[in-house]
Amino acid sequence: MYIVVAGGGKVGFYLAKALVNEGHEVLVIEKDKKKSALIGEELGSVVMRGDACEAATLAEAGANRADVVVAVTGDDEDNLVICQMAKRKFNVGRTIARINNPKNETIFKLLGIDATVSSTNLILAQIEQEMPAQALIHRILLRDAGLELVEGIVSRNSPLSGKSLKDVRLPAETKILLMMRERAAIVPIGTTEINAGDSVIALTKSEHEAELRKLLTAD
Amino acid sequence: MRIVILGCGRVGARLANRLHAQGHQVAIIDKSPDAFSRLSPEFGGEAILGTGIDGEVLEQAGIEQADVFITVTEDDNINIMASQMAQLIYRVKKVITRIYDPAREKVFRELGLTTVCPTEMTAKLLRDKLVGAAPATTPAARGGR
Repeated sequence: MYIVVAGGGKVGFYLAKALVNEGHEVLVIEKDKKKSALIGEELGSVVMRGDACEAATLAEAGANRADVVVAVTGDDEDNLVICQMAKRKFNVGRTIARINNPKNETIFKLLGIDATVSSTNLILAQIEQEMPAQALIHRILLRDAGLELVEGIVSRNSPLSGKSLKDVRLPAETKILLMMRERAAIVPIGTTEINAGDSVIALTKSEHEAELRKLLTAD
Repeated sequence: MRIVILGCGRVGARLANRLHAQGHQVAIIDKSPDAFSRLSPEFGGEAILGTGIDGEVLEQAGIEQADVFITVTEDDNINIMASQMAQLIYRVKKVITRIYDPAREKVFRELGLTTVCPTEMTAKLLRDKLVGAAPATTPAARGGR
């Protein structure tokens, strides 16, 4: 694959290095003279000096034949414009943007960017996984469907506690997929009883997540 | 009209002063507090400190009720991103974006932004001063009435 990486900071550099090692054709675009020289020394002739936000630079980089354009500069607005230019002017099939402000995820999606990576969100998810006290953990956001896979522990006062699955009223469009009890996994059926302390993995629509959280973790 | 301006540079401040003097309700956003010193003492609109690509800042400036949103920061990409947020998320009826880079201006004009490109305009004005303005194409010249 031919992959254009816009931005030759730390993320861009290590990404390019990994992609080169995997045998891909890679070109890093970096406007800073020092940074681009450094990449050249380390990785060979896979770097071009220029501003990836400019159409002329992208044209020179051969963006029109790129399979993927990845924008990993430190500025969200630059990453957005690079991906939009790549898509609209050079018909690049797949554009991926790094985002710094997690709130921009929705905006980028609305504006046609194929995928976003937010280090803030990744770190947050890692921290949340380490915190057992957290009421509901975001396992994954199945964003195109507006679905979320979440995990939570049933509290002592939860209205679900002590009831069979068939007798509980879950929020709309919510399904309990898996329960973990004393390190054993249970795929619940209607007669499965839910106990306080059970860890529940559920699929829900984003808008019903708060309701589910209240239900599971009522104090 | 309720107008939100992003960027309190020379153009933004001048525009804000003028629109406020004409009786419009104006809010102006800039990331630097010093920028607001460009506003005239008579300016009675709102000055909001923050970056224009943050929904919370835009909302604080009243973007949800705005009739017009104008972006005139020095950074083309900030202008482009903020304008698209105003258009797509906040459904502002009239959004005007300043883009210095003519190539970028063309792409985003085609994407549906209303754009102003000072580079193109200045180059044209300078050329006109140099060789004389091109004859205006009036309806008559085009074979109209």
